Amino acid sequence: MTYRIFGILAFLIFAPLLGGLLSGLDRKISARMQGRIGPSILQPFYDVRKLLSKQFIIVNPAQIFLVISFLATVIVTGGMFFGGSDILLCFFLLSTGATFLIFAACITNSPYSNLGASRELLQMMCYEPAVLLACIGFYLATGSFNVSDIIQADLPAIIKTPGFFVAFVFILTIKLRKSPFDLSTSHHPHQELVKGITTDMGAKTLALYEIAEWYEHVFLMGFVGLFFVCKNPWSYVVAVVAILATYFLEILIDNTSARVKWLTMFKLAWGVTLLIAGVNLIILMVLA
Amino acid sequence: MLHGLKAFIKYYLNIYNKEGEKIMWMIPFLICFPFVVSVLMYTIRKNNVRNTIAYISAGIIMAVTALFVVQWIFAGSPVLELYYHTHTIDLIMLGAVWLLMFVVTYLSFKYRKRLVSLLSIIPTLMITYFELMGPEMAEIAHIRVDRLSVLMCIIIGLIGSLIVIYSVGYMHGYHHLHTEFEDRRYYFFMLLFIFLGSMFGFVLSESLLWIDLFWEMTSICSFLLIGYTRTEEAINNSFRALWMNLLGGAGLVVAIIYAGYQTGSLSLQSLVSLGVAGEKAAIIPVALIAVAALTKAAQMPFSTWLMGAMVAPTPSSALLHSATMVKAGIYVLFRLAPAMSGTQTGLLISFIGGFTFLAASIMAIAQTDGKKVLAFSTISNLGLMVACAGVGTPETIWAGIFLMMFHAISKSLLFQNVGATENSLHSRDIEDMHGLIYRLPRLGAFMFIGIAGMFLAPFGMLISKWSALKASVDTSNIMLVIFIVYGSATTMFYWTKWMSKIISYTDTEIKVRDITKKDELLSLFIHAGLMIALCLLFPVLSVVYVEPLLTEMFGVATAVLPKEVLFLLIAIVCFIFIAPIMAFRYATTAKVRQKLSYMNGINVGNNKEFIDSMGENKHLFMTNWYFAHTFGQRKLMQPCEWITIAFMIVMLCMIIGGAL
Repeated sequence: MTYRIFGILAFLIFAPLLGGLLSGLDRKISARMQGRIGPSILQPFYDVRKLLSKQFIIVNPAQIFLVISFLATVIVTGGMFFGGSDILLCFFLLSTGATFLIFAACITNSPYSNLGASRELLQMMCYEPAVLLACIGFYLATGSFNVSDIIQADLPAIIKTPGFFVAFVFILTIKLRKSPFDLSTSHHPHQELVKGITTDMGAKTLALYEIAEWYEHVFLMGFVGLFFVCKNPWSYVVAVVAILATYFLEILIDNTSARVKWLTMFKLAWGVTLLIAGVNLIILMVLA
Repeated sequence: MLHGLKAFIKYYLNIYNKEGEKIMWMIPFLICFPFVVSVLMYTIRKNNVRNTIAYISAGIIMAVTALFVVQWIFAGSPVLELYYHTHTIDLIMLGAVWLLMFVVTYLSFKYRKRLVSLLSIIPTLMITYFELMGPEMAEIAHIRVDRLSVLMCIIIGLIGSLIVIYSVGYMHGYHHLHTEFEDRRYYFFMLLFIFLGSMFGFVLSESLLWIDLFWEMTSICSFLLIGYTRTEEAINNSFRALWMNLLGGAGLVVAIIYAGYQTGSLSLQSLVSLGVAGEKAAIIPVALIAVAALTKAAQMPFSTWLMGAMVAPTPSSALLHSATMVKAGIYVLFRLAPAMSGTQTGLLISFIGGFTFLAASIMAIAQTDGKKVLAFSTISNLGLMVACAGVGTPETIWAGIFLMMFHAISKSLLFQNVGATENSLHSRDIEDMHGLIYRLPRLGAFMFIGIAGMFLAPFGMLISKWSALKASVDTSNIMLVIFIVYGSATTMFYWTKWMSKIISYTDTEIKVRDITKKDELLSLFIHAGLMIALCLLFPVLSVVYVEPLLTEMFGVATAVLPKEVLFLLIAIVCFIFIAPIMAFRYATTAKVRQKLSYMNGINVGNNKEFIDSMGENKHLFMTNWYFAHTFGQRKLMQPCEWITIAFMIVMLCMIIGGAL
């Protein structure tokens, strides 16, 4: 029990810090890949601090309440995860949170924002099967959906679930809205602020959204790490290395690929999920 | 104090008879009363009088259902098996079957669909021969009351009666709007009440012969309701519904006769116990009845009839989709579930159900007509329930029963809502529902609740999906796992798309007058209340009612939800209700500055227009995605039907060949 409370508290306090650092790292590495020096690694914190010091600037009053609901849902999801709960329920709750975000984007009037919302929804449809299958992979490998049981396994889940892992990393590109699957954040040329779903979010609302993203990224990275964690304390080191490697891979893909059309994304995501995770599923079920 | 009250109620209601002697009057009452009312509906041609009687009768049905349930619970929720000697009633019922056959034959000759009549004549002759000349059957109870049938009674009595109340107001507006159709409301209400009566009969019957009669009655009622407007489209669609359901009925008759000759008993329950015991004689009847139930539950390849049923006035859609007809198929499959568990029949049913869940939800994406989306989502959701029944473990039945409850309420709510919206908006196209929550606030809000109930956390659909997924992994049903994970992604897509349309804000200029009648609103309001109550109470309901139901069905006690998940769920429910409210309160007090939307610098000063390339103001309008070329019904329906037909035929051959 104390361990659980510790996990939840650690997530609540440190997730924004880690998330912000990840985001800063992302910008730094991307800049270096593009031959720029890039901003300081702490730049996301400076940005959010400035945004938070502003008042709420909105287009539709309901935006604030929807973005706060999104933030709260993401925090609870992550809290549940690091508190050792059921991963399937975590993702169910996270998708409810994602609908809050979509609503926040589509109740404004901007066509950019609306289109971003539609595309975000499409992306959700693309990544949902792989996410659920990954949870099932854990269940098949360890006999439980609970994080607290999964980390007590003798061997890390990845040994039995490499296919689920590959599929999950594949759709992580969609989930993190990275190129080539960054449809919902399609930038307006040369603009940092006009980004699909966040087009009509400004000042404090945008800050809340950024913080929610930090929490979400830490949760997702925690899920990546979960594949590598087991009873052995050293496995946590492996997990951290794996998380960093995965994140680096995402940045690399982001910077080396061009955006694809929706149907390509849809076919790729569903196809990869079915082929790689599906085959892994069949193998595990037939062997079991 | 509480004890005294309990004793008082016990005394007052004359309960405590374990043999069920005292509650018996309500069972025939619930079955027969709607038929009596239907005669009244037909004979009374004065709208006011008839409407009043319809209100009162719906109220009586609700009250008697409630009384029946309360008495039965106070008697300790026993399993009752009643009516052993029913020779006269059997003969009357046989007469009714013949009457139905004459109706079908007359209509199919009148509308030149003569072949359809064969599907009624042949089974009727077979069953008559079997009943009069066939072997002597074991003496069985004809009525069975247990938790499953009582649950069905609650759904029929409550939702069905509410739909009747709603339709009084709706049909008034309908005929006001559609003057091209003859006003035959007396006929419409007659059918509604016959439908309710036969549904009560269906879920309470234990004898397969009685089940068959009520089965045919629901088939023919839905046929007549679909053809209500008598347009060419309506007639064609109604006959499609008729032949598909009659085909199922024919399968049922074959199953009955086979079971009669092989096992010497016509009790559904004993057939199921034989199936559980692995008796060879039970395999074929169970398979045939299960496949017949697929036609009622509108599973592929039999799902087109439910799509065609959309031509009927909305209350009949609501009735077909939520409280009656399709739920009859699900009910039968739940009954058979223990006998199907782990057999080839179970594999067949769970495959068809899972496949339908995925395929129908993909096709729902491409629909712009609100009622069509609802129809596809019904087919899809029923698919999940059917798959749950096919797997046939306590976990999946638990999931299936909650799916059924949530689906009944939210579908009834949504259909009535779309109907009311159509009367006000003169359209049921989702694109026209742009900003509905600002234009018709009440209907928009009800629609929002209804849709949320279909797929969002914390409503029960989600936890049912959790349970169904876990159980299908446990039983190593690979196909079903794949179907569920993909199907839930597409389900989320088409619902969220619709919800975001309701709350969109770009084009809310056109003012609409809300002409929804009071009785329609009453029904909608109760539905929305039920939806939220069910969401809050379902952990309680699970422990108090559904788990004992599973014990009754499978003979072993099962706690489906681990305690931890249960507590977590309650926490999530509280969170999802409280967090947005808190956020909303905060948002209303926060200091805000409102600005114009981003339009790439071509704003004109309001949010409804932009400056086009000719320098003029242009109205802004955003539409949803439908991907008709990728996910369209025209493209996908036929291949899906062929896949399911092929699979069904192959599996049936294997099952029957293996059992002979």
